[in-house]
Amino acid sequence: MERAIVAIGASHAGVQFVASLREQGHTGQITLVSDEPDFPYHKPPLSKAFMKGTASVESLNLRGPHFFQSAGIDFRRGLSAIGIDRAARQVRFSDGSILSYDVLMLATGARPRVWAGQALPHNVSALRSLNDARRLHNAVADTVGPIVVVGGGYVSLELAATWCMTTGRDITIVNSASRLLARSASPELAAVVENRFRAHGVGMRMGVQARQFTIDASGNARGVVLSDGTEIPASLVVLGTGVLPNQELALAAGLPCDGGILVDEQCRTADRAIFAAGDCTRHFNGYAGRQIRLECVQNAHDQARVAAAVICGQDARYHQVPWFWSDQFDMKFQTVGLLPDTRSLCVTRGTPRDGKGAYYHYDMAGKLAAIETVNMPAEHMLGRKLLSAGMSVSADRVADPAFNIRQLL
Amino acid sequence: MPKIFFVTPDNKTTEVDVSGPMTVMQAAIQGDIRGIEAECGGACACATCHVYVDEAFVDRLPPAQEDEEDMLEGVAAERLPNSRLSCQIPVTDALDGLRVRIPDRQF
Ligand SMILES: Cc1cc2nc3c(=O)[nH]c(=O)nc-3n(C[C@H](O)[C@H](O)[C@H](O)COP(=O)(O)OP(=O)(O)OC[C@H]3O[C@@H](n4cnc5c(N)ncnc54)[C@H](O)[C@@H]3O)c2cc1C
Ligand code: FES
Repeated sequence: MERAIVAIGASHAGVQFVASLREQGHTGQITLVSDEPDFPYHKPPLSKAFMKGTASVESLNLRGPHFFQSAGIDFRRGLSAIGIDRAARQVRFSDGSILSYDVLMLATGARPRVWAGQALPHNVSALRSLNDARRLHNAVADTVGPIVVVGGGYVSLELAATWCMTTGRDITIVNSASRLLARSASPELAAVVENRFRAHGVGMRMGVQARQFTIDASGNARGVVLSDGTEIPASLVVLGTGVLPNQELALAAGLPCDGGILVDEQCRTADRAIFAAGDCTRHFNGYAGRQIRLECVQNAHDQARVAAAVICGQDARYHQVPWFWSDQFDMKFQTVGLLPDTRSLCVTRGTPRDGKGAYYHYDMAGKLAAIETVNMPAEHMLGRKLLSAGMSVSADRVADPAFNIRQLL
Repeated sequence: MPKIFFVTPDNKTTEVDVSGPMTVMQAAIQGDIRGIEAECGGACACATCHVYVDEAFVDRLPPAQEDEEDMLEGVAAERLPNSRLSCQIPVTDALDGLRVRIPDRQF
């Protein structure tokens, strides 16, 4: 008997997983369950092309409309998994239904951190799903006046850049850290980004927290009160204060979690029958040599592929070099590798501040650990090949403008 | 309605009818063409939508912009003179009958 496989969550990780299972030759039953009402979609454009209005909902589809049917995948949407019985190998769903599995995949992703203060006013929201994006898109059309973006991570910055270009409204970014992208970019790159936003007239309040909202009679926020006691006016507020991994289902089933469902380099949880992939996992990362949690499309796809391969009998391991991109104004940022916690050196190539260049970051052992590029896609792609091959390049060579990574590959 | 022909590495040809504005990559996704990964969803950031354009059509396509040229540096399969990123090719009536070959790997 072919094993029955159930996957929870139908976004980048879940959809790639079921597609890879079929590509790898699994012919048994596959059920994919999503708690969202929408057909699975690409998330990155939500803050970019979709928010700009240049991408239709259909253009976001992760797969064609007939994909699940023709691949023989039972896709059920609008249904939430609420419990796992590991002994019986069953998952319980919000409509009372129960599915039995031989193999279970948890691809539950992450959700926006909740606001710890008062209940959220109508015109305050986060962006994670297509539904959120539709609501925000409409809210931008239905309101006038200043927009406040709380948080200085990539999604916040992309939204701020998009609205700066499309609306001409006053935009202020409130960031609790002393610089932008404190978790996900180097100080050098963050300074480039900050400069660009300031040049576009976007307001910045750094090192302060959004504390509460002043609310008008109709229940809308009219202002955001900051930790330094000042208030900034707002007709629309976006909370981009980070995400939390959706690990509760796993936790309740007794699977070890620690800021993410713990998985090994084969994407296995502590239960041999249960795998996890994507934003919901804290995984052993072969490239990093330690446990990390990543929030990027590359990680979701690559972990899903590894899990599918393992289930189909291969000895696959997750060793891929992490990479991601972000588009803001006229800048394409691409990062490959992982920024070291402490580094020995940062070498600049070109002039990132003027919109074209790169930063090469070296770890304490003097090995190249990450490359951040600004509008240099070729350098990024070659950097991927270099780091994937486990190669480094000396800082002296990188500092030479005539150097090209291609010489090494 | 323009038609696009996708030729997979096993030499199977699949025809996709395109209705509405979309790129060749999106046509492949709509038509469930295997081998176009399109991980970045068309942002010219992943190079997993690589195709080889039939020689007869190469000159009829809008030339690759700098970003696309650059990203082609990193395609997983061999880069050939007719290599393009399918997400950067909008389907127009002039491209009716376009034939593209899918490389044997995208990553
Ligand atoms: C606006 C935005 C822009 C982004 N831009 C980029 C970018 O430019 N580059 C990049 O690399 N990454 C980007 N990301 C991050 C990227 O989208 C995520 O890393 C990716 O979506 C992770 O995929 P996933 O499948 O692991 O999780 P998710 O996309 O979070 O999907 C998890 C799915 O599981 C569902 N689910 C959860 N629990 C249950 C349950 N109990 N039952 C049923 N279903 C459940 C959820 O509703 C959701 O549909 C962006 C994210 C956002 C929000
Ligand atoms: S879809 Fe990513 S480069 Fe074309």
